[in-house]
Amino acid sequence: MSVTNLMLKPQAPPQPSANVIALERTAGPGNDSRLPRLVATAATNLLPLLVTLSLFILAWQIACSSPESSLPAPTRVLEESWELIAHPFYNGQGVDQGLFWHVFASLQRVALGYAMAAAVGVALGTLVGQSALAMRGLDPIFQVLRTVPPLAWLPLSLAAFQDGTPSAIFVIFITAIWPIIINTAVGIRNIPQDYQNVARVLRLNGLEYFAKIMLPAAAPYIFTGLRIGIGLSWLAIVAAEMLIGGVGIGFFIWDAWNSSLISDIIVALIYVGIVGFLLDRLIALIGRAITRGTANG
Amino acid sequence: MTKSYLSLELIDKTFERGGKRTEVLKEVSLSVDKGEFISIIGHSGCGKSTLLNIVAGLTQATSGVVLLDDKVADEPGPDRGVVFQNHSLLPWLTVYENVRLAVDKVFSATRNRQERHEWTMRNLELVQMAHAADKRPAEVSGGMKQRVGIARALSMEPKVLLLDEPFGALDALTRAHLQDQVMQIHATLGNTVLMITHDVDEAVLLSDRIVMMTNGPSARIGEILDVPLARPRRRIDLASDRTYLKCREAVLKFLYERHRFVEAAE
Repeated sequence: MSVTNLMLKPQAPPQPSANVIALERTAGPGNDSRLPRLVATAATNLLPLLVTLSLFILAWQIACSSPESSLPAPTRVLEESWELIAHPFYNGQGVDQGLFWHVFASLQRVALGYAMAAAVGVALGTLVGQSALAMRGLDPIFQVLRTVPPLAWLPLSLAAFQDGTPSAIFVIFITAIWPIIINTAVGIRNIPQDYQNVARVLRLNGLEYFAKIMLPAAAPYIFTGLRIGIGLSWLAIVAAEMLIGGVGIGFFIWDAWNSSLISDIIVALIYVGIVGFLLDRLIALIGRAITRGTANG
Repeated sequence: MTKSYLSLELIDKTFERGGKRTEVLKEVSLSVDKGEFISIIGHSGCGKSTLLNIVAGLTQATSGVVLLDDKVADEPGPDRGVVFQNHSLLPWLTVYENVRLAVDKVFSATRNRQERHEWTMRNLELVQMAHAADKRPAEVSGGMKQRVGIARALSMEPKVLLLDEPFGALDALTRAHLQDQVMQIHATLGNTVLMITHDVDEAVLLSDRIVMMTNGPSARIGEILDVPLARPRRRIDLASDRTYLKCREAVLKFLYERHRFVEAAE
């Protein structure tokens, strides 16, 4: 029976499985040929990742499988932190929140601090890139200040703001701003003489020059700075929140450590990693959309 | 004093770098009539690009003055449309937007939005680039980019068109095609043109007069050659034309016999 079945199969017209058909409908008409190619690219791109990931988890499982292991194995993480994994939107009292809310609180702080850093950073970078005098006056200060580790700013900002949240936001700001300033300045300084000549022949005024030549010409550099900045922000927020407390992914990790919930820490770390990755990709995507065509050609 | 349209009077240019002075141009004087096509030819390093930049106002002369239509021209402005050697289109703008930027800037007060749009398209049509209006510079060929550069310069209705080795970076066939187009535009619009070149054939084909520069430092005008060829000129007819050949020979003799290119000692 089973043998005849197998032999019949090749004769029948190739039938995609029900899953594939459903996907094809949502993708809309006219891309019948694109779908298999899409599946193929997804397979070639994702398969190696899945393999390394499984190997990693397997190694971890073996390494931590003994009962006296100080760190939990993946199965134990799942077991112990299932509540946390299954209910990211859990809404409890005070800091007893689902992971989504912790991440959300951290993201809000990052958004505020980072937005300010972007605005001030691009402005200062433009100033330093544009004027040799400002460069001589400010650049040495920037070069020294940018080496101060983010957390070293925290006590000072706590003293200044007398409150945790604005202090954390300030730490984000001061962490993210340096690469934005420096890259913007380099971008502005590297505007080709040709574009400046065009601006001079057209007699563009200061504002027109800024909007029509300077910003677009420096945009690739600015976005490099913005991308480094968002990565540093996310690094800093976790550390800062460990110290200031309240709702936030950093404090969650610290709290879990104090309660010896090692599995919770591991779940939180995965969240931190994925969110950081997505933030980086987001800025890269915005950058690519905006700087499309700025490459010389 | 002079009645010419564009006049360069005793232009000197000295560059100073680290206390070391280099005299690039010395007492360069030239009068250009309205509608004339002038080529400036010379070996590389003779300061011909510097001279064009001085006329454009992008570089300040150390002494001497440029008069355009009886006004001193010492700052860049849209009355001198420059076509740069490497096209200098803004890569983040489309072909249309590159020209429109110039049109908007020059005619913001005198023409309304619709007129400015039409004028932009007219100039793109003039260089046969209207079909690629929405492309970005990176998406069109080098010759096309240079044509857009010409359209941008023309769209400002400049009193004088300054071409800085406009076809230097192009292959021979594209260059010939663009030269024909420039001749045609010159015939249609009657612009005054000042062109820098190092191509002898190009200079003879296009110009009414050829200004030959001596070698730098302290380059000056060595000789000015009249090209008494009737217009319209066709390159095929000229290939065996005696006047053409004589002009060509004169320029070649100037460049390669009397003012041979000597590699600078530094």
